[in-house]
Amino acid sequence: MTVWTDTLLVFVLLGDFFLLGSSRIRASIRTVAAQGLLLGFLPLLVQEGAETPRAVFLFAVGIGLRGVAFPWLLFRAQRAVMVRREAEPFVGFTPSLLAGTLGLVLCFWLGARLPLPRPAASVSSLVVPVAFFTIFTGLFLIVGRKTALAQVLGYLVIENGIYAFGVSQALVEPLLVEMGILLDAFAAVFVMGITIFHISREFDNIDVDQLASLKDWEP
Amino acid sequence: MRLGPFLNLLIALLGAPLLIGVVNRTKAFFAGRRGAPVLQLYFDLAKLLRKGAVYSRTTTWVFRAGPVAGLAAVLLALTVVPFGNAPALVAFPGDFVLLASLLALMRFVTILAALDTGSSFEGMGASREALFSALAEPALLIGLAAIARDTGGVSLSDMLAETSLVDWSRARPAAAIVSIALFVVFLAENSRIPVDDPDTHLELTMIHEVMVLDHGGPDLALILYGAALKFWALGSLLMGIVLPATGLQPALGWAVLPAGLVGLAVATGIVESSMARLRLIRVPQLLVGASALSVLALVMTLR
Repeated sequence: MTVWTDTLLVFVLLGDFFLLGSSRIRASIRTVAAQGLLLGFLPLLVQEGAETPRAVFLFAVGIGLRGVAFPWLLFRAQRAVMVRREAEPFVGFTPSLLAGTLGLVLCFWLGARLPLPRPAASVSSLVVPVAFFTIFTGLFLIVGRKTALAQVLGYLVIENGIYAFGVSQALVEPLLVEMGILLDAFAAVFVMGITIFHISREFDNIDVDQLASLKDWEP
Repeated sequence: MRLGPFLNLLIALLGAPLLIGVVNRTKAFFAGRRGAPVLQLYFDLAKLLRKGAVYSRTTTWVFRAGPVAGLAAVLLALTVVPFGNAPALVAFPGDFVLLASLLALMRFVTILAALDTGSSFEGMGASREALFSALAEPALLIGLAAIARDTGGVSLSDMLAETSLVDWSRARPAAAIVSIALFVVFLAENSRIPVDDPDTHLELTMIHEVMVLDHGGPDLALILYGAALKFWALGSLLMGIVLPATGLQPALGWAVLPAGLVGLAVATGIVESSMARLRLIRVPQLLVGASALSVLALVMTLR
């Protein structure tokens, strides 16, 4: 079944590249949601014959949060702050793509070198590099983009990457851990949505550079 | 001596202008027009070849050599491009580098001829063409390198005989990614819409068309024919990766590539009708994206 896992992971990779090169915030939100949906299927593909009620429950909750709730919250935040134009990012879109290419090579190199145990033959060898690259993309978005919304997206992409890594390495995590992570991510997106709203009300846009003007003292 | 490759080459030479007609017909359909006949380019070529040429006094032999050298380059390029899965007329290890360099040579002589006219508009078009092709070339070469690595073939004929996306269980994801990258390269190299608009008549926005403004008569015919052959060459490269090959009856297997190319022409027409052209500053982003995809495919095969 690694053919389907590989196909799925390639789509996740393509989504990462799209996020690095795209300036459209709504399309980016949709891409992150699609990534979440795709990764939701990963546990079912990785553990064959794991259609226990518990796995199906986790699958449903994961898909519901990553594919429906997060995008809905983000779209709502986006409408509330009326981000129409995209501020120029710190790192332009073409340099972002080039950096992404370098990062990709690095992630594959790292994925081949790390002495991680391969839990099962059904786990594609592509999972670890893809997870690393997704985390890399998320970090890059947080560092390289100016608007708060794009940075929240970066956070969600990191979360997706960590999830892919966890699924491939731990196969079956305790239910409590998994639910805890999902709840944390949900709370974080919720709080960030409120923060975005407040930043936008204070400064009339969500360029986080403006936060620098909040300092009390002059250097 | 095998006759097959010669026949295939002959089909390419005769059939290439038809594809341009199909693209235009598709665009006309989407615009709600009846459109020019599918064979219009043949009529145009026949008309242009009967005309005389007018040369500006500022031009030199470089300007006159441009169209001829360009057509010669693309004719040579066609000899190394396989016909679907059937081997090409000439196949040797590393011939994909020759293909890329011949296409680059064609562009180089076109750019020289454009610069030779001394027109500032043509210089502008030449500068853009040079930039965009420089960005498209890594995507083509790295993508072909990924296919070579994936299949173990060292010549185009070996490489394309091995890959096929239709049989998905056998296909590798790398080939799928390369075909996306090659489609972008195909659109960019043939001056199609996300990059360049073949129908535009505003010199400020033209790229390829503005470079051939000063050519007329037989020279223009050679350029138009060369462009059609380039469309066929890059199209059969892409279709060779996408289309199935082995396990068909000879007659059916032979018809796969022409059918695929007509399908590709229709797809190009649909892209042209449904998309707006990208802003000039966005084009490098698209081409770098295609190169990133090629690198991704190469990295996946190197694993």
